[in-house]
Amino acid sequence: MTGQFTQDAPETECLLDSMRQDVIGKPLVRIDALAKATGTATYAAEYPVKDCLEGVLVTAPFARGRITGIDIDTCLACDGVVAVIDNEKLIARCAQGTAGEAPVQEVRKVAYWGQPFALVVAETFEQARDASKHLKITIQDDDLSDIPCDPQAVEPENQQYSSQGDLPHAMTEAPHSVDAKFTTAGHASAAMEPHAAIAQWDGQTLTVHASLQMLNYNISELADAVGLEENQVRIVSRFVGGGFGSKLGISAETVAASLAAMQLKRPVRVAMSRQQVFQCVMRRSETSQRMRLAAGKDGTLQGFGHEALVSNLPDEQFAEPVLQSSEFLYAGDNRLLTLDLARVHRMTAGSVRAPGEAVGMPTLEVAMDMLAEACSIDPVELRLKNIPDRHPMKGTPFSSHKLAECLQQGAEAFGWDSGLRKPRQRREGEWWIGTGMASAARVHNIAKAKARVTLNPDGTALVESDMTDLGTGTYTILGQIAGEMLGLDPSNVLVDLGDTRLPRGPGSGGSWGAASIASAVYVACKAIREKLTKYANVTEGELNLKDGGVEGGASFAQLLGDKELREEGHYEPGDIEDDYVAAGFGAYFAEVRVNAFTGETRVNRMTGAFGFGRVLNERTARSQCQGGMVWSIGAALTEALHFDPRDGHLVNCDLAEYHVPVNRDVPELEVIMVEERDPAASPIQAKGIGELGMCGGAAAIANAIYNACGARVRDFPITPDRVVACMPD
Amino acid sequence: MPIIINDTSLDVPADPRVTLLDFLRHHAGLTGTKKGCDHGQCGACTVLVNGMRINSCLALAIAHDGDTVTTIEGLGTPDAPSVMQQAFVDHDAMQCGYCTPGQICSATAMLQEIAAGWPSDVSTNLDGDISASAEEIRERMSGNLCRCGAYANIVSAIGEVAGRDRV
Ligand code: FES
Ligand code: FES
Repeated sequence: MTGQFTQDAPETECLLDSMRQDVIGKPLVRIDALAKATGTATYAAEYPVKDCLEGVLVTAPFARGRITGIDIDTCLACDGVVAVIDNEKLIARCAQGTAGEAPVQEVRKVAYWGQPFALVVAETFEQARDASKHLKITIQDDDLSDIPCDPQAVEPENQQYSSQGDLPHAMTEAPHSVDAKFTTAGHASAAMEPHAAIAQWDGQTLTVHASLQMLNYNISELADAVGLEENQVRIVSRFVGGGFGSKLGISAETVAASLAAMQLKRPVRVAMSRQQVFQCVMRRSETSQRMRLAAGKDGTLQGFGHEALVSNLPDEQFAEPVLQSSEFLYAGDNRLLTLDLARVHRMTAGSVRAPGEAVGMPTLEVAMDMLAEACSIDPVELRLKNIPDRHPMKGTPFSSHKLAECLQQGAEAFGWDSGLRKPRQRREGEWWIGTGMASAARVHNIAKAKARVTLNPDGTALVESDMTDLGTGTYTILGQIAGEMLGLDPSNVLVDLGDTRLPRGPGSGGSWGAASIASAVYVACKAIREKLTKYANVTEGELNLKDGGVEGGASFAQLLGDKELREEGHYEPGDIEDDYVAAGFGAYFAEVRVNAFTGETRVNRMTGAFGFGRVLNERTARSQCQGGMVWSIGAALTEALHFDPRDGHLVNCDLAEYHVPVNRDVPELEVIMVEERDPAASPIQAKGIGELGMCGGAAAIANAIYNACGARVRDFPITPDRVVACMPD
Repeated sequence: MPIIINDTSLDVPADPRVTLLDFLRHHAGLTGTKKGCDHGQCGACTVLVNGMRINSCLALAIAHDGDTVTTIEGLGTPDAPSVMQQAFVDHDAMQCGYCTPGQICSATAMLQEIAAGWPSDVSTNLDGDISASAEEIRERMSGNLCRCGAYANIVSAIGEVAGRDRV
């Protein structure tokens, strides 16, 4: 049986609010926490598989050209080597999120430095790794002077252009204006678990344990790549060691392990090295941006311009959607938004946590700080003044909007001093101290999802979907949704995820996972409740379930006898997607200290206030917010991909050279979850929180640096050398 | 001589290239210890060798002939977690969980280093008592990366254990 729900209108009445179990939103301990803390949670490469061969990927050491020959003999002569897979079905790039089909497979046509083209398979990992160094190839590499590698030096393609009114005119007329250029560096997801897969082929079915975010799309991508039907493929990803976009689509290791297992008729494990993860998985594009803001005397925006240039490989559709939240965050009648894409030969650019806003919001929010100074207005006040009633260009209403509340509650919690601001007001020893703030915004996405729920007469339930949990808390919140709806303690709800044999979920990405899959579980539970009303002979409104049965009445065993109730919930967003602008909003406040001599910045404290609809689990949601704020610190201060202009290779392809924040970089983080229900976002009135925490936070730090020492750095990350260069004498 | 891993003796591997990390994961079947970088840059592979924390990816298994290795599985189990493991659970000091075993092994040894009076970059004096302040914990745990950004909760989990130990 199925419960089907297409959401065409806001769901103002949500059953979750009238249920009796009282577990939704509660800070329950993550279901899988103990497994993770005791090392018993099993990640992709860790399944005990007998007779498993080990594969090591080999990658191209040049930026563009052809591999004209692969001499596998030397390699095959090495100890323990079983095969060299250089099959034409290997993939040259990773699949973009939601691709649902194989990415580019011409591995011998090299489009970027580090492109995988072969797999060396041996009995042991050590043998495969060693032999992979002996694989001889002949190449025809293009002269580097002919290869476009620098996005600035290429004629770009326009991806997006929207204009309203006359921005240049507004800029000349306005009493206050800001016209500033910015750059942001490329980023790597750098999930702690490197991409890995174990593939098994029994002649009929390909079973792959892999580390992937969206099994519902990955199954089509993998089947397409290796030439099988989807019903011949099974992918399992029960635990994923972080994704952040890098595991949205399939990557080389999954396809290579599969092809090797099919050819050799033995299981094959392939784990990318950390360097390979950097070199051949997704990068976030670097950007260059221009912000133009025109305001009246009182700071009311009259003009808003945001132009950006990003890059990607030839033939890739993805362009970092830098302007996504700029479209609707602030008012201003005269608008110009353009996004250009340069084709360069660097590894595939794709989604890295909060694609678009992660780099678009920091520049916008620094520009707003500059405007606040120009208008002599408190930066919080300036933002409050410019919150539009509707989408400034399309006129569509907002589904729900908590920016003002976030700004106010955040400012109060942080102790924001709303007086007139001037840099260099506080010094402690070598350190300038200052504060800064920024708004947060992230578009709300929601996707089609299916889940199956079984209510057992013994008072337990089973929730099933191929949805993944990347550390986001999916296992836990789904137990809470089912527990709340069916009157069960969540410890009596078994949540089974990450297996393509189960109903298709939405996948984890774009912050849509929780709201989408939880809505499917909600729909399934509603269908079960409908059946229960017949057993209990009451109406839905009278069906009060608690602790394994009717509250103060029959238990499920008494009600159902030995019959279980099973329903599949299908959720699909309908007209709500077009009728409303839905987004999560928030505000960041940061205090930093900047070393007057070295330009080093340390974050002293940070507060984030976020409105993202209904909170499903206060504990896991808080962790997600904190994680995003940590990424804000990385984007603000340290994270940058560096490419060698001489040969196009990524210079800092490991965790020693690509600097993600470490423990000592992160101060106490205060998180405020602003009360909100968003009935037009999903039937459970929730939005996503996986990305909002890093959609502008870097600007709060940048603005605090300016307030501390007077250095207005417009290039991210704000490294000490850049601070020193911009520091006033 | 064998290597003693969580009270079980195992012969060192014949292949001298096998790292202690791969020995644990591939030979001993102890996959609780994670590989995040294989280059000593992330701390995911942290285990205790004769009670001290090391990055097991930077050690060759044969070099640890006769040594005693404690992995995350040796610290505690789901039925009987160690105090540190339980504190990580209670504080939600994890998200994806991939760095977590390394964090917990590292934290366990780190508190002993503090108790033994080993100073760190943030210690105010080189000898004498050192308290397990948040600042000391942050500094001493900075070799264990957490891309999910669970640092604030990691610090509070460890802080709780440190406090409990002090009483
Ligand atoms: S795997 Fe050993 S430090 Fe990263
Ligand atoms: S919990 Fe994911 S890396 Fe730490």
